[in-house]
Amino acid sequence: MKLKTALTSVALAGSIAAVSTPAMARDTINIVGSSTVYPFATVVAERFGRNTDFPTPKLESTGSGGGLKLFCEGVGTQHPDITNASRRMKPGEFENCQSNGVEKITEVRIGADGIVIANSRDAEKLDLTLKQVFLALAKEVPDPDGGDELVPNPYEKWSEIDSSLPDFEISVMGPPPTSGTRDAFVEIAMQGGCKQYDFIKNMDKSEMKSVCHAMREDGPFIEAGENDNLIVQRLAQDPQTLGIFGYSFLMENTGQIQAASVNGVEPTPEAISSEDYPVARSLWFYVKNAHVGVVPGIKEYIAEFTSESAWGDNGYLVDVGLIPLPRDQRMKTAKRARNLEPMTGNEL
Amino acid sequence: MSDQSSQAEIVRNSLKRRYRKERRFRLYGMVAIFIALGSLFILFADIIGKGHTGFIKTTITLDVTLDSEMMYLDDPTDEDQRSMADFVAPIIDALQDHIPEAETAAEKRELGRLVGNYAASEVRDLLENNPDLLNTTQTIEFLAHDRVSTYVKHAGNPRYSIKLSEQQQRWVDELVEKGVIDTSFNDVLFSRGDSREPSNAGILGAIVGSLLTMLVTLAIAFPVGIAAAVYLEEFAPQNKFTDFIEVNINNLAAVPSIIFGLLGLAVFIGLFGMPRSVPVVGGMVLALMTLPTIIISSRAAIKSVPPSIREAAEGVGASKMQVVLHHVIPLAMPGMLTGTIIGMAQALGETAPLLLIGMVAFIVDVPTGFFDSATVLPVQIYLWASSSEQGFIELASAAIMVLLTFMISMNALAIWLRKRLERRW
Repeated sequence: MKLKTALTSVALAGSIAAVSTPAMARDTINIVGSSTVYPFATVVAERFGRNTDFPTPKLESTGSGGGLKLFCEGVGTQHPDITNASRRMKPGEFENCQSNGVEKITEVRIGADGIVIANSRDAEKLDLTLKQVFLALAKEVPDPDGGDELVPNPYEKWSEIDSSLPDFEISVMGPPPTSGTRDAFVEIAMQGGCKQYDFIKNMDKSEMKSVCHAMREDGPFIEAGENDNLIVQRLAQDPQTLGIFGYSFLMENTGQIQAASVNGVEPTPEAISSEDYPVARSLWFYVKNAHVGVVPGIKEYIAEFTSESAWGDNGYLVDVGLIPLPRDQRMKTAKRARNLEPMTGNEL
Repeated sequence: MSDQSSQAEIVRNSLKRRYRKERRFRLYGMVAIFIALGSLFILFADIIGKGHTGFIKTTITLDVTLDSEMMYLDDPTDEDQRSMADFVAPIIDALQDHIPEAETAAEKRELGRLVGNYAASEVRDLLENNPDLLNTTQTIEFLAHDRVSTYVKHAGNPRYSIKLSEQQQRWVDELVEKGVIDTSFNDVLFSRGDSREPSNAGILGAIVGSLLTMLVTLAIAFPVGIAAAVYLEEFAPQNKFTDFIEVNINNLAAVPSIIFGLLGLAVFIGLFGMPRSVPVVGGMVLALMTLPTIIISSRAAIKSVPPSIREAAEGVGASKMQVVLHHVIPLAMPGMLTGTIIGMAQALGETAPLLLIGMVAFIVDVPTGFFDSATVLPVQIYLWASSSEQGFIELASAAIMVLLTFMISMNALAIWLRKRLERRW
């Protein structure tokens, strides 16, 4: 008897699972994409869910490339409605979208993200170039005696790289490889400095990357944990140490630390959002216009994201570290986004 | 004779060395156990040390005057008016009753940042549901802002950095002294879904998601696993083909779980077009993963039923079917259940295959059905552990404690079932 009831209940549970057929009409917005945009998009999604009658959108952090791949797979509720990206869509990805029937896509640039190199306020303010940063931190650098040879990084003091730099030992604390800041730093700053050598620039792409992306492991570059406070304490105690982190972190600790200018540009919100500051990147999201009206709430979600209370100068996204666009650009972007003006593909 | 005595001599001489060897061997065993227990202890101490504060919430209890003029709200049932109304003002006003020194606009804003980011929506929801409360004074318990919570719980702990201004710290100290800010058991943790704000985040969504996923897994893996085991043990002919199946089932048990996730992505989502992030797909993937465990343990349980029982049943005229259904399965059931529970406990802690089918996601709403987007407990822990907000450190550890409690109780159930129902032959 006991066995029978056990079997029946299991069979019942199975039939419940089988009977409730896939709900093809979906009422929750599905968002995928960049892990850098994820912290901003989740805050918007949660607010949106709380302040409207729509369900809270579902967000998956798949990375920019992974998100665009899923996004471009097709139109239909099994595919995501919006994808976030910490870089612009590539022409190849746009074509992929087009060939899969995802024709109308609205592009929204939401703001920027900058990476700063900072030291203690007690120390000399630095003015670095990307080339100097690369020479200080790469595992292998071009032979200082000239020639197209790579040698293990010989530099121990900043002044050895350039006589204009201070005469103290290279010691830089940076994020661990798991961090997105590290990826961006390596891709923008290290690669940017490294590509100024023609012979490296002419290398095969993967070979170039392995040269440019390798950080030195002999001591001067210190992988710090994710604990912001510890890095600030270290920087404050030791004026000769530099730190690498996201702009939002500098903003919270301006009393103790100052940022170095890179290629002569100070990391101000204006310089970062206009990309004059070299170690900066824009953040984006892409909307599948064909899903607007099919999945409820997409328009309202765009409206929430592009409202001044979210991405404005005093908006709640700034509290989480977003660098807003200049106001006139925000206004233009918001208008285009709300009207769902599709991309032409020529802008890429 | 002399030969024998010399042999005895050799044995006697080596005796000391052999005893020493044995003592050393025992010592190795003890050291091994000590290392295992030690690391377990360190693990638990670390998790409990970090996580026990996750079960405490910080609240601010205020007498809020829901003044219609202050909020620019005449009719709480009107949606347009609600969207334009200022629900922060009455909260700041109530805080000012306790901290009269905050007078300038900037100071008031600082004061308002002591309550959580969703305090205003709490007031709005309260008024929307009870329009009669307009122009009355209500005692409302708000969740404190994360920064306040960190300060109250972890001031002086070097692992946490205090992000309140000195003025705010002074105000918080004053409010704590007055009893306005208080700590109590964190019921939010067990009654809400995920949130980006640690004080608002809960594991109910993940628990329900785990439950739904496990139900699907059980519904598929248990009957299929037992049917396969019974067929292979009782009915299948012994030939090359069944040997081949047996080898493959054993191999399947050793396949890394991420492979099952890839399979689920390709077949269930790609081919059958099922939605991403839903418990049904998660349950199906985990069912594939637990099937080999269930089949292997069920076959072992069936094998352990003595042949004399089968022979006796057949001897009194029972058919093969009757032998299996009336005797073999009931007697093997405790072993089968044990295997199933251990397989389910394994599935409960799995994250890798779920990553690929989209169950690693930020989901706020608590799922209500098998086709709602959902996440599971270990995934929630992973998401929190990789969040940058400090408040999630303790929540992740608290969630680990909840998950471990589930695991331990499932394993205890398996042991209890075995002890109670198992028969010795």
